[in-house]
Amino acid sequence: MDAVKYFKQLTVIMAVSFVGEFLNQVLPLPVPGSVYGLVLMFFLLMTKLISLEQVEDAGDFLIKLMPVLFIGPSVSLITVMGGLADRLIPILAVCIVSTVIVMAVTGVTAQAVLRRKEGRKDKDHE
Amino acid sequence: MNEILQGSAYFGFFLALAAYWIGLKIQKRFPYTLCNPLLISTVLCIAVLLIFRIDYEIFDAGASHISYFLTPCTVCLAIPMYRQVRILKKNLAAILISIVSGCLAAALSIWGLCALLGLDGSIYHSLQPKSVTTAIAIGVSAELGGNSALTIMAVVVTGMFGGIMAKLLCRLFHIRDPIAVGLACGTAAHAMGTSKALEFGELEGAMSSLAVVVAGIATVILTPVFAGMIV
Repeated sequence: MDAVKYFKQLTVIMAVSFVGEFLNQVLPLPVPGSVYGLVLMFFLLMTKLISLEQVEDAGDFLIKLMPVLFIGPSVSLITVMGGLADRLIPILAVCIVSTVIVMAVTGVTAQAVLRRKEGRKDKDHE
Repeated sequence: MNEILQGSAYFGFFLALAAYWIGLKIQKRFPYTLCNPLLISTVLCIAVLLIFRIDYEIFDAGASHISYFLTPCTVCLAIPMYRQVRILKKNLAAILISIVSGCLAAALSIWGLCALLGLDGSIYHSLQPKSVTTAIAIGVSAELGGNSALTIMAVVVTGMFGGIMAKLLCRLFHIRDPIAVGLACGTAAHAMGTSKALEFGELEGAMSSLAVVVAGIATVILTPVFAGMIV
């Protein structure tokens, strides 16, 4: 793999990350810098200011690496576990019940919207 | 053990990478949702720290270096989303309406359940972003004043439960359209839902991976409205 290409891709990704971080500091909204960066990167790709070829190799590598970044924070659970032990069951209950609700609401809504759209299409054909 | 490792910049880094590598190996051998590499590596790291009586701070001194890449990694989530842009445009209404409804349902149900079960504000704010991908969830949790470790635990539990139950839940709620199945998996159970959706089919997988990012952005916009509702 061409080193110049990799460095160029990493530079673009870091530049977008830097702008995202900067926006998080100057704008008074509770939006993480990483999400500003994500939206900015999507905007740059959509407007073709950046092409997929200019970011995708380094980008795909970083995405594959991502779960490793969460090991540190999730291991830190051992530092808070003591204080949470008695509330573990309610916390798990919230996670499980709300997951069922979210899956049902999202799927049923999507299906309803898609059926309406198909209904309209069928009418167009008549 | 603490004295030997004191001041080591690479011990935590090494342990995290080694544990994740083992986690990937196990997942390859046993491809079940429960064999999640993040879960396996977390358990392995905690086991090593407990067995050798190593302080978390010493592990974190090395492992925290890896977290610097969190923002660039999240930025790169725009790449898979851009690859799906054709499907995104074609089904824009269904995607946006269902994901925003899903995120609202998440925020409301988490608020209701936390109030019902008497959980305090710091737990409530840590759980609020739990349906979305870890990278975004950590950021939202930090902005709301939650606990990132608890947020990650909730994200992993949610993903695993959603991944394991996806098939059953979709059948139970009569969600049959592949686009709807994919959106439900990605919105409710982020990346772990997506890996399950990929098993159902290519369209389901694509819709799910798109839903992960869109739901993440929708949650960033929605959660501040629900912040502070439990003190």
